[in-house]
Amino acid sequence: MSSSRRSVGPVSTFRASVVWGVVLCLISAASEAQWTPLARDQVHDPDSPALKFLQEPSQALSTLPRDSAGNRVDWMRALNERVIAPRAKLDADAPVRLREDDILLNQRGGMPMVRFPHRSHTQWLDCSNCHEHLFKSQVGANRLSMFQILQGEQCGVCHGAVSFPLTECMRCHNTPRTAK
Amino acid sequence: MSPWRGTLACAVLAAALAAPGPAHAEYGDVVINKRSDAGGVRPVVFPHWFHRIRFQCRVCHSELGFKMRAGANDVLMADISEGKFCGMCHNGEIAWSAERCDLCHSGKPGLPSRVYGGHQTTGPGRW
Repeated sequence: MSSSRRSVGPVSTFRASVVWGVVLCLISAASEAQWTPLARDQVHDPDSPALKFLQEPSQALSTLPRDSAGNRVDWMRALNERVIAPRAKLDADAPVRLREDDILLNQRGGMPMVRFPHRSHTQWLDCSNCHEHLFKSQVGANRLSMFQILQGEQCGVCHGAVSFPLTECMRCHNTPRTAK
Repeated sequence: MSPWRGTLACAVLAAALAAPGPAHAEYGDVVINKRSDAGGVRPVVFPHWFHRIRFQCRVCHSELGFKMRAGANDVLMADISEGKFCGMCHNGEIAWSAERCDLCHSGKPGLPSRVYGGHQTTGPGRW
């Protein structure tokens, strides 16, 4: 046995074990890193007795259509494909109003225009959730500003807190000016 | 290099990769601690993700009267016990009753009230 062969064996063993280690770790990281367990989420008290009872985000959210931002759930697809069927009301007499039209916003700005869909908003929300305290109902009567939105005003009351975050610019700024 | 050194290096690498990533609250989690600390109970953690699977926004934000703006709601335990706000569902029929204090009051003591978003933004909201 030559000295060179003695040195090759351990190195290839080392390489193989590193490769396997990386592969296994990537697989486990990919399957678990999407949603933080409640005990490590920095808001729940790890000593709280509730942690034995509360549903883990990964259990509920991993079965829903996937998205890249926010909860990592495409909530509109989940609703439209009836993967979830959230109740629209508690009181049988409560109104459920759906509005279908789109409003074209940001017609003079530099970014692509915003086609605001009433439909997807009223699939979740009531008119009174936005009108009239956040937005006047008259088209053109609202002065929208990203500065305000980024501070949690206007669209930013929800977008950036609960609905998809403000990092997803093009989901709202979705209409080229030439397509007007 | 000896085999055990290779194994050791692999173990170190594996431990580093398997270590927990940046832990964060789920997107839209709200911590409500207006009175909890003072009252000697843990703050409330409200998970939007859990509730929106089961209820559309309008149920809480229109029927139940929760204002949209984070921090704008002043809910007392007395209200909940009388069937208002959370108490519309947390009555032992639709969801667990308000007597099971620990299930909602499950937050880390001392946490300030706010929306604790997820990995992309902490979310706005003024309190």
